[in-house]
Amino acid sequence: MATRVTTNKKSPPAGGRTRGSAGPAAAARTPNGSLAKSDLLALYRYMVLMREFEDTIIRLYTQGKIVGGAYTGNGNEATAVGSAYALSDGDYLFPMHRDMGAHFVRGQSVDNLMLMHLARKGSLTEGRDGTGHYTDRDLRIFGNISHLGAMLPVACGIGLAVKLRKERNVVMTYIGDGGSNVGEVHESLAMASAMRLPLVLVIENNQYAYSTPVSRQFIVERLSSRAAGYGIPGKTVDGTDVLAVYHACREAVARARAMRGPSIVESVTMRMHGHAAHDNAWYVPPKELAAWKRKDPIARFEKVLTGKGVLTAAMKKQLVAELRSGIEKSAAAALDLPYPPAEDALRGVFFEPPAR
Amino acid sequence: MAMLTYIEAINEGLRDEMRLDPTVFLLGEDIGAYGGAFKATKGLLEEFGADRVIDTVLAEGAIIGAATGSALAGLKPVAEMQFSDFVSNGFNQLVNVTAKYHYRNFIPVPMVVRLPSGGGIRGGPFHSANTEAWFFHTPGLKLVAPSTPYDAKGLIRAAIREPNPVLYFEYKYLYRHIKSEVPDGDYEVPIGAADIKRTGSDITVITYGTGVHWSLEAAETLSREGVEVEVLDLRTLMPFDRKAVLSSVEKTGKVLIVHEANLTGGVGAELSAFIGAEAFRHLDAPVRRLASPDTPVPYAPPLEDAFLPNAQKTAEALRSLAAY
Ligand SMILES: Cc1ncc(C[n+]2csc(CCOP(=O)(O)OP(=O)(O)O)c2C)c(N)n1
Ligand SMILES: [Mg+2]
Repeated sequence: MATRVTTNKKSPPAGGRTRGSAGPAAAARTPNGSLAKSDLLALYRYMVLMREFEDTIIRLYTQGKIVGGAYTGNGNEATAVGSAYALSDGDYLFPMHRDMGAHFVRGQSVDNLMLMHLARKGSLTEGRDGTGHYTDRDLRIFGNISHLGAMLPVACGIGLAVKLRKERNVVMTYIGDGGSNVGEVHESLAMASAMRLPLVLVIENNQYAYSTPVSRQFIVERLSSRAAGYGIPGKTVDGTDVLAVYHACREAVARARAMRGPSIVESVTMRMHGHAAHDNAWYVPPKELAAWKRKDPIARFEKVLTGKGVLTAAMKKQLVAELRSGIEKSAAAALDLPYPPAEDALRGVFFEPPAR
Repeated sequence: MAMLTYIEAINEGLRDEMRLDPTVFLLGEDIGAYGGAFKATKGLLEEFGADRVIDTVLAEGAIIGAATGSALAGLKPVAEMQFSDFVSNGFNQLVNVTAKYHYRNFIPVPMVVRLPSGGGIRGGPFHSANTEAWFFHTPGLKLVAPSTPYDAKGLIRAAIREPNPVLYFEYKYLYRHIKSEVPDGDYEVPIGAADIKRTGSDITVITYGTGVHWSLEAAETLSREGVEVEVLDLRTLMPFDRKAVLSSVEKTGKVLIVHEANLTGGVGAELSAFIGAEAFRHLDAPVRRLASPDTPVPYAPPLEDAFLPNAQKTAEALRSLAAY
C-alpha cells in the first residue's frame, strides 16, 4: 500500500510535532514506560493547565463571551492527561469533550483552543465549529463531533490506514459511560477487534451522562468487562490516579503498537461539574460529590509529588501563576479578534482543487 | 471497445482505477472472494489482494466511518453497501461526520460509497430502496447515478478521482439488463455534467438511473405519435447540471421529471422548483413529475409492478403533457 497523501491546505500528517505553551508533549521516557521526574512534573503541569484553562472558559461563559455551551472535564484531568501521555510521536488522538488536557499533551496550544471556544476568525475551524471540535492533521488530533461515539468508526479508519501502510502508530479514543451505549461504539469495537486495528478505547466512567446516573445506563459491574464480548483486554483503573491511568494506557498502547489489536481501559472518576456550565447538577447527591471531592485528581497527585519531593509549594505557586497569566493573555488576545466575516459562511462545503 | 453489461462496467472502472492509483482500495461486506452480493467486485481480490479488497464486519456505520478515516489518512476508499437500503445504518456517519468534514476542517475526504439501488428485482421493502433524496438534502456530499455502462464506468472513475465524498447510486435492475460499447482506455464522465440521451423539440424529460430507459422507450412511442421528446439524463444529482436543464427547458417549454424514488420531497421536487424559479417564462405547461408513490416498495409482483414507474406510465404522462 503506497503512502501518498491527499492534497490539503495543511501539510500531510507529520506526527507528534509539539507546540503550545505547556512544554513538550512527551518528555523523554524510559523504554519500559517508567516515568522520570520530568515526566511526573509534565503530567502535573498538563493537569493543572487543563483545570486552569477550563476555569477560565467557565468564567468567560458567565461573562457571556463563550459562543454556545461550556463543557469542562473537572474530575477528568488524570484520565485525559494520563491516557494521552501514554502516546508517542506519530500517534493519533481522538479526544472527547472531557479531554482538554489530552489536546495539550499532544501539543495543541492554549491560543488555538481559546480561539475555538470563542469562535474567532483564525480558529482551527474558522469559526465553523467550537470547543474541541477540530481536526489538526499536523498534530494528528481528530476532535470529537457532538454525536457521541461518531468518531470511533473514523478512528477505525485511521487505524486501518496505519495497518495497511504497515506503520507503527496507535489511535487512542474515548467515550463516556453514557456514550458507550451508542451503536457506532460497538460497531467500531467489532471492526477493530476483528481486524486487529491499533486502537485504544478509554471509557470515561464519570458516574453520570448528563442527568442520568450509570445505574440507568448499564447493569454490568465494570464497563471494561464489555471487552470480553470482543475478545480483547479490558481493564478498569482508578481515574483519579494519573499514574494508574498512564500505566494501564501504556500497556494498551504497547499492545496496539505490536499490532495485537484494540483494548479497553475504563477509567472511573466523577464529573465534578454539571454537564455543562448551564447545569448546576441538582440531581447529584451532595454526599456523592463530597466523597469524590476528597479524591480530586490534581490534589491527589500533588500529594504524591510533594511526598516524593518532586514538587514544592513554591514550584506549585509559580506554575499556577505562569499558566494563569498565559491563559489570561491568550483569552485577551482572542477576545480582541473579530468573528469570521458573514460572507465566509457559504465557503468550503466542498473541497475545490486549484484549477489544473 | 468492449460490449459490457452495466455491472461489468462498474467492475472494470474499479479495476482500472486500482491499477492506476495504489491508494485506491475497496471495503465492504462479502466483496472479496465472494465478489460482492451482485459480483461487482468479482476478480478484484485475486488481482489486488486482501489489503486492497477488504471484507469487513457487518456494520455499515463502521464501514462508512472507516472509509472516512482512511480517506482522512490519505487513502482513497470505495465502500460498498450490500444494498442501498442498508446505508440507513451508516446514515449518521455520512450526514454528520463525512459530509461536514471539509466545511468544518478544510480537509478533503476523497471517498466513494457505492449503493446498489432500486426495485424491479422483487426485493420487497428492504432491498429495493432509492435513497438519494436523503442525501440530496445533505450539504457536503456529491451524488451520481449512472444509467448506462459507459456512464457507469466513466462515473466510477470520476468518483474515485474526486476529492470529495461521492455517493454512487447504481441500479440493480440495470446490472445485467443492459449492455453497451465501453471504451477500453482511460476516460471519465465528469461529475456535474448531464447528458442528452435523445434530442427532441417538444417535451423535455429530466431523469436519471432506471428512469432514463423508461423515458427513452416512451420517447420512441411518442415519436411515432408525432411528439419529439428530449431525454436529459442528469447523471449527477448533486451538483446537478443547471445549465443543461435550463437550456433544454428553454428549447421545449414542457418538462416531465421521471424518477424511481418516491415522489414527495424527491430530487424531482427540487428540479421542479428550480425550473419554476429560473425558467418560468419559457414554460408552456406546469412542470410534471412521474415517480413511485409514497409507499414502501411492496413485494408481491402485481403490487411492485403497480408501484414502479415504467415506459407505459411515462408515455401516458408525456401524452398528457403534449396535449396541455
Ligand atoms: C448521540 C448523542 N445523543 C445525545 C447527545 C446529547 N448529550 C451530549 S453529552 C451527553 C451525556 C454524555 O454522557 P457520557 O457519555 O457519560 O459523557 P460525559 O458527558 O458524562 O463525560 C448527552 C446526552 C449527544 N451529544 N449525542
Ligand atoms: Mg458520563
